[in-house]
Amino acid sequence: MKITQGQFSFLPDLNDEEIKKQIEYGLDQGWSIAVEHTDDPHPRNTYWSMWGTPMFDLRDPAGVMLELNACRKEFPNDYIKVLAFDSNKGFETIRMSFMVQRPAAEPGFELVRSEGPGRTVRYTLRSYATSRPSGDRYSSAATP
Amino acid sequence: MSAALEDDRRVDLGAIYAESNIGETIGQLDNDLVGLVPVKTRIREIAALLLVESARRGLGIQTEPPSLHMSFTGNPGTGKTTVARRMADVLHRLKYIRRNHVVTVSRDDLVGQYIGHTAPKTKEVLKKAMGGVLFIDEAYYLYRPENERDYGQEAIEILLQIMEDNRDDLVVILAGYKDRMDTFFRSNPGMASRIAHHIDFPDYSADELFRISELMATSMHYRFDEAGQAAMREYIALRMTQPRFSNARSIRNGIDRARLRMANRLFAGRDQPLDRVALETITAEDIRVSRVFNQQ
Repeated sequence: MKITQGQFSFLPDLNDEEIKKQIEYGLDQGWSIAVEHTDDPHPRNTYWSMWGTPMFDLRDPAGVMLELNACRKEFPNDYIKVLAFDSNKGFETIRMSFMVQRPAAEPGFELVRSEGPGRTVRYTLRSYATSRPSGDRYSSAATP
Repeated sequence: MSAALEDDRRVDLGAIYAESNIGETIGQLDNDLVGLVPVKTRIREIAALLLVESARRGLGIQTEPPSLHMSFTGNPGTGKTTVARRMADVLHRLKYIRRNHVVTVSRDDLVGQYIGHTAPKTKEVLKKAMGGVLFIDEAYYLYRPENERDYGQEAIEILLQIMEDNRDDLVVILAGYKDRMDTFFRSNPGMASRIAHHIDFPDYSADELFRISELMATSMHYRFDEAGQAAMREYIALRMTQPRFSNARSIRNGIDRARLRMANRLFAGRDQPLDRVALETITAEDIRVSRVFNQQ
């Protein structure tokens, strides 16, 4: 199951050339770029781990690509996204966010039912991947 | 007409030249920088190479982008830093680099203080310079042979790796005094071989220094009167023979001190009204008071 999130989620995965162009657009707007990664695919997981600090003083996408590739090397089986932060007054928020890497195999989600008082049934989602400890979820040995 | 071959297409080098506006930049370079013939020649050659490259690309001939890392060697005050800044402009107009920016660093910005501090620091600087020009002033300080635990070597290794891997993202320019840079390259052969352009900045002649002094004065809206010009020529001739002479930099300092003395002179005679000419003119007496004249 292909998990999507953020911008361009309806498109096929971006290649490096396209990622560079998007980053360049963000830099031209004066935004600072950050790289984040996680191995918890739950849609409500908003707190991804930061890869280094946001790159406040970069002028060119090549520098971001260096960091992105370092992150890919370190976490080849994680989800990775690129963010652009706009510090202008009135925004002061993320203006751009898109995924740039996903694990080779994504096992998807299980529908979990829990019974409440009476005949109430509560539904929730649980990722098959998260049954294994963090760091161990998408390694090639873990995929069935 | 002969049968049209497939490779019958033509490129108009003249049009590419006109479009890049490079003529204007090089013309400016000629005007603003006095002397420096070997440097200007090399910049023209590089410009021609890049123009032809883009013409080749226009016809679909695939080539690796040429390596443009450079080393500027020369005595103090011969214009190495000034040219490095201009270089970014030239390369940007020729679309070799994507951004018209120069990041100037020295040993302090690259080398850390303790183990493991150097690599992140160097990488940070390199990332910042990506897409433009990284200018490393006094580059020979990176390598300190007398201290074998110096972290400079680590910075050099990272630099070498990026110079090789990210050749089309970054132009590295090293600058320093000739003899020390020679030692630096001898002990880092990897560095010497990765730098395609070694450009030597010659010392200025007395005439060139005089033209520089006039340019500097004009850019600050000062001028020499006739006696002042003669005094400046003499000043330059004397200063050149004295120790710690550093070409254009000495001239700039000389002019700065002349400005100081001129201001004092005008202030001493403050009971008379001054016109624009008086406020702009550096006279012989402002220059001749200099220590340079009575140090014989």
